[in-house]
Amino acid sequence: MSFGGALLRVEDLRVQFVTDDGVVHAVDGISYGVRQGKTLGIVGESGSGKTVASLTTMGLTRGRSTRVSGAIMFEGQDLLRASGEELRRIRGDQIAMIFQDPLSSLHPYYKVGWQLIEVMRAHRDISKAAAHDRAVELLELVGIPDPQRRVSQYPHEFSGGMRQRAMIAMALANEPKLLIADEPTTALDVTVQAQILALIKDLQQRLRMAVIIITHDLGVVAEIADEIAVMYAGRIVEHASTEEIFRAPQHPYTWGLLKSIPRLDIPRGEELIPIAGRPPSLINRPSGCHFHPRCPYAQPAHSRTDPRLEPVPDQPGHEVACLLAPAVRTRIWGDLQAGRAPAAARELAQTVPAGRGSERPPVVKEGGP
Amino acid sequence: MIASGEALVEVRGLAKHFPITSGIILQRKVGAVKAVDGVSFEVRRGETLGIVGETGCGKSTTARLMVRLLEPSAGTIHFDGEDITKRSGARLKELRREMQMIFQDPYSSLNPRKPVGSIIAEPFAIHGLLKSEGERKKRVQELMDRVGLHPEHYNRYPHEFSGGQRQRIGVARAIALEPKLLVADEPVSALDVSIQAQVLNLLRGLQRDLGLTLVFIAHDLSVVRHMCDRVAVMYLGKIAELARSDDLYTFPRHPYTGALLSAVPVPDPIGGRRERQLLSGDVPSPANPPQACRFHTRCPKAQELCSEEEPPLETKGTRSLAACHFPLSAEEVRLRLPLALTGADGGARAAGE
Repeated sequence: MSFGGALLRVEDLRVQFVTDDGVVHAVDGISYGVRQGKTLGIVGESGSGKTVASLTTMGLTRGRSTRVSGAIMFEGQDLLRASGEELRRIRGDQIAMIFQDPLSSLHPYYKVGWQLIEVMRAHRDISKAAAHDRAVELLELVGIPDPQRRVSQYPHEFSGGMRQRAMIAMALANEPKLLIADEPTTALDVTVQAQILALIKDLQQRLRMAVIIITHDLGVVAEIADEIAVMYAGRIVEHASTEEIFRAPQHPYTWGLLKSIPRLDIPRGEELIPIAGRPPSLINRPSGCHFHPRCPYAQPAHSRTDPRLEPVPDQPGHEVACLLAPAVRTRIWGDLQAGRAPAAARELAQTVPAGRGSERPPVVKEGGP
Repeated sequence: MIASGEALVEVRGLAKHFPITSGIILQRKVGAVKAVDGVSFEVRRGETLGIVGETGCGKSTTARLMVRLLEPSAGTIHFDGEDITKRSGARLKELRREMQMIFQDPYSSLNPRKPVGSIIAEPFAIHGLLKSEGERKKRVQELMDRVGLHPEHYNRYPHEFSGGQRQRIGVARAIALEPKLLVADEPVSALDVSIQAQVLNLLRGLQRDLGLTLVFIAHDLSVVRHMCDRVAVMYLGKIAELARSDDLYTFPRHPYTGALLSAVPVPDPIGGRRERQLLSGDVPSPANPPQACRFHTRCPKAQELCSEEEPPLETKGTRSLAACHFPLSAEEVRLRLPLALTGADGGARAAGE
């Protein structure tokens, strides 16, 4: 996929943590970009590396036991090579982040208004009084009732939804060009989630922000994202426009996610098809395709060959890292959609010789250390 | 209302008020959190009843009251035809064999210092069953096999299992005494999406095979629809709507149910996106709930009557029970729900019955 004209461009990012138990391959060579005014959804389970990638963008994973390589280009500057001081200038100003848990992300000791004012005064030459007025405006913008009073309250006096709104207000204080939202609605009730998503969408349109939204909830990305990257075990296994991901998903893991969740838009009583096993350890990753131990369609060769992210034929902009032949994938997905179980679809996969999907030779390498 | 022979559990006017106290030594009662404030429903034999609602609506408290983990402030609970509201001591312990619970957090609900074998065998120890070591071990290993755990992991500790497996341990412990009633409080909300389906399928299979009656508590409306025959929607300690799943999800009568369904993100970028009906603000505090209809402060259909008179839970033209003066019309339902739910004429069909 080409990321020309992207506001943020992540290139072959790798993040490893050296621990007593071994090296954790948290992010393992991922690339993506996001343009101004657009939303990228990153979907994955816990331990898929989706959060680490974003924390690294913000320079929040730096440390002696962390090894980072690749590049994160933001407006022509490589954030991986930026100094601490340079990063501090960008962070909270050009790039802002909303975290999952609003209670532990707000300082319990300081009033909400104080925390908003601090964000502004750290980056702008603005008087306290002006910043205070702007803080009230911001709280009003994100839909907190009675902002005049709320601005001088502490986080514990806010409800969960209001704290998340306050976090968003804080992230937007300096009108960032890029907003990274890490599971922004996971801790919230469904009616509040709908409010927060609507708010992010509305603000994005008004401020022309680029947004990266990280979530495990396919419903949330369907709602808000323009394109979606599906992550598994530190890699992007599928990347396409939101429409394509839902219309013609290519990776067995994506199928698994789509078929294992109860949905309001499928007939009641349809059996759920769980993904067998559990997410792999990022220290001792499975050999070959990392998903092969859980993949119902895996063949012996898939435990030796490491697939790479390659374009899907005839679907511009759609990339997948899967060793099944494209024709086989199309037929399996068709079968799954028709309500057939993976076992039946698996037999089908075996009747067609396994192909590699493209003329580019796959990289053969051994599994983790 | 149905004949009581069909109902395994019958709850009438159940309430739980937690006192709010002030002062350290001389604690004065200054108010009460009305976590559950007069709910009535029955759980029929062999069915799955869902209780759904947002944080603080009282769904977990209701569950704990039902299995007598909490003392009700008012109301009665009948189990298998007998009043169990005031049971205590040995007679309460006897009751525990019949009703078991699965908890939300598979980490804190298992004793980290005990091997899985003795965690699952604990109910036998408590009730003095299967006294011989060999018999007990055999039964525990059968249970482990039944819930999809390796019986040879009998001597492992909880930390050696993943979240999904731990939840299976909790399930094995809960079905050990072959209870009549199983209450599952948010059993999958702490699990990864790919693991949730494993546990949901397990619960459905167990219910089918063991003829269990299941009360399933969750905040996720899609999960509840998948699991439950009937659903009670709670708001601020009261039941807003009680209906069969098929009816609730195609033709909700209470505006709150409509708002909940409208808010669920549907993983379908083409058919799912539609104009949402957003509720404003947050759920009010249960320490100081609104007068009359508790939903009137956020309700898009609220009129003067709603703040003056509390609506009873009763049928509103269809077989669903709703506590609302002005239930949703077919047209309003069509506007709120995802297309896939109402279908071409789903709403109208339910309305005609």
